[in-house]
Amino acid sequence: MTNDILRFATAGSVDDGKSTLIGRLLYDSKSIFEDQLEAVERTSRDRGEEDANLALLTDGLRAEREQGITIDVAYRYFATPRRTFIIADTPGHVQYTRNMVTGASTADLAVVLVDARKGLQEQSRRHAFLATLLRVPHLVFAVNKMDLVDYDEARFERIKDEFTDFAAKLDVPDLTFIPISALRGDNVVGRSPNMDWYDGPPLLRHLENVHIASDRNLVDVRFPVQYVIRPHRAADPALHDYRGYAGQVAGGVLKPGDTVTHLPSGLETTITEISTADGPVAEAFSPMSVTLRLADDIDISRGDMICRPQNQPSVTQDVDAMLCWMSETRPLTARSRLLLKHTTRSVRTVVRDVHYQLDVNTLHRDESADTLRLNQIGRVALRTTQPIFTDAYRRNRLTGGFILVDESTNATVAAGMIVDT
Amino acid sequence: MPDRPRRTATTSEAWTDMTQAPSRYQMSQLDLLEAEALYIMREVAAEFERPVLLFSGGKDSIVMLRLAEKAFWPGPIPFPVMHVDTGHNFPEVMEFRDRRVAETGVRLIVASVQEQIDAGVVREPTGRWASRNRLQTSALLDALEHHRFDAAFGGARRDEEKARAKERIFSFRDEFGQWEPKAQRPELWNTFNTRVAQGENIRVFPLSNWTELDIWAYVRREELALPSIYFAHERSVFERDGILLADNPHVHRDDDETVFSTMVRYRTVGDMTCTGAVRSTATTLPDIVAEIAATRITERGQTRADDRSSEAAMEDRKREGYF
Repeated sequence: MTNDILRFATAGSVDDGKSTLIGRLLYDSKSIFEDQLEAVERTSRDRGEEDANLALLTDGLRAEREQGITIDVAYRYFATPRRTFIIADTPGHVQYTRNMVTGASTADLAVVLVDARKGLQEQSRRHAFLATLLRVPHLVFAVNKMDLVDYDEARFERIKDEFTDFAAKLDVPDLTFIPISALRGDNVVGRSPNMDWYDGPPLLRHLENVHIASDRNLVDVRFPVQYVIRPHRAADPALHDYRGYAGQVAGGVLKPGDTVTHLPSGLETTITEISTADGPVAEAFSPMSVTLRLADDIDISRGDMICRPQNQPSVTQDVDAMLCWMSETRPLTARSRLLLKHTTRSVRTVVRDVHYQLDVNTLHRDESADTLRLNQIGRVALRTTQPIFTDAYRRNRLTGGFILVDESTNATVAAGMIVDT
Repeated sequence: MPDRPRRTATTSEAWTDMTQAPSRYQMSQLDLLEAEALYIMREVAAEFERPVLLFSGGKDSIVMLRLAEKAFWPGPIPFPVMHVDTGHNFPEVMEFRDRRVAETGVRLIVASVQEQIDAGVVREPTGRWASRNRLQTSALLDALEHHRFDAAFGGARRDEEKARAKERIFSFRDEFGQWEPKAQRPELWNTFNTRVAQGENIRVFPLSNWTELDIWAYVRREELALPSIYFAHERSVFERDGILLADNPHVHRDDDETVFSTMVRYRTVGDMTCTGAVRSTATTLPDIVAEIAATRITERGQTRADDRSSEAAMEDRKREGYF
């Protein structure tokens, strides 16, 4: 029996049944508490609904309950004997695309729901594309409401073919199709007797078994320095000289005795100890939070990077990236000046060029575009005032992703993913 | 060097699954949650001018204080702790608070609801449902402003309540301390936007992804001391609307509400006027972990009278600046 955590995001059009699916997963895995269920039953009854509306479990905000839609990401927790799950329940409306991106950025897996009656909608394409853009390693296409199409295999196959055609243009690492009925519970937790023609696992079984251990980068050593620990206690000689570099490992495996390179100085030194409050450890890998102690007294501060001499990130002021623009008020244009936060380093940046804007439905690149507006996605060139230490996002989500902040409002206005150049 | 925070793990029972890594280069559930929380705490200490950790003496803030010890070890915790004191707290918890603060050597700031009442800033509620719980918001906002804190760590978890399930880890509050759920900052990867203008602040929730069971498993793994009211004990209580309230001088009790004595413990620690006890015989940490693993009722549903006042009680309080 193992006990790790799988983070997954749910996406899909409005009314494709996301909230119902989550309600079903929680309900059938006995993760709903009696008082929560009573509250849902009470509210459903007050509204004149026949059955308990499981969507009410996840729509927690006043406005969401009023409008019957999901506005922001809600995080839900449940566990089976095999795994613990964190669900990012993301909204379907186009206007909340940035919230879908928020949910997908930390997900190991995305479940995109599609209504079996309607087939592939704009939003299903959009969400599948966003999931692949954010490099969610595993994608599940759940064809929902199979009960409303008489559990028709041909219908399922048609949607599968349609999406496979679309996905050919995407970079999908792992794709699974499951026909379900969230409302009736077919193929959600247990196998459905109504779809004998489907020989794959039900959704929960897939979630329990999908292999995520190798999704992290254990090859390229990357340690962004987050905080320098210098206790400076004159009374305690052991502490007087203590100097540790705290941070969360973003890639690779570090061990005491390893030769490492400090960026930006390029100086080499050796790891003498990997320290934690519970004692030193023999190795550190992502996402462990540890403190490195080094043999030489190098001037190291927050925002610097520790790597291996033969395997270094790009040290660059020129970044080519895919951007998801998130500002409601301000469009992105060439010469926009913004703050860029990448790992633990913040630098000012200017937009040099908008290469193209991407139509997420057709994947057509509009190269004549010179702006990005709310929820638009495109490729841009940025120039930073100081070097940052980058990897391609496809190689490492932590050293390849960044955010842009508008310094006049302090709003987070973009998610950026560095393109391999 | 200061002593390391002590911990010994036992291995024989089912709960220990979440303390054990499934295989090489994988981390156990508790280690993953701890690593995320340490990263968040260091990020705050590095990027904010004046952070503060909200500390009530309850189990979540006890875990927070341990995480803060670990994040900066062997250095000291680089921020003070603050207790928003309603004046109606359980005496056992106050005693524990002071002891723990002395042990860790952190500076304690007390934001007092009583002082605000005495100064006429807020008015003492009266009647059967009178509770000072809601008055904490004013005392908190006042203290944040007075000390010019720009980040405040809270021990809130998303599994607690449906409005909290919507909250970001770094939750922006305007100069009035208000939360605007429709206009939250997008939160990407582990790259947190920590920028605020003067007077604004961020509430930071390192325990966002922990569940109640995770907290208890962690308390057990780390062998953390707790106020005695978390363990089953004999107490004088009376029942109101399905909630067992401690008989105490701060709560208005009707004549038909009879006091009786029974074995109870607390799942949460809060104002005595609105925090209910649960019937229990769990007197040890393993008993409690087993009890929480088997319960069919949420922590808040069982113990918080103030969440029942309306469907969106928590959301409304949060919008006003509550934790």
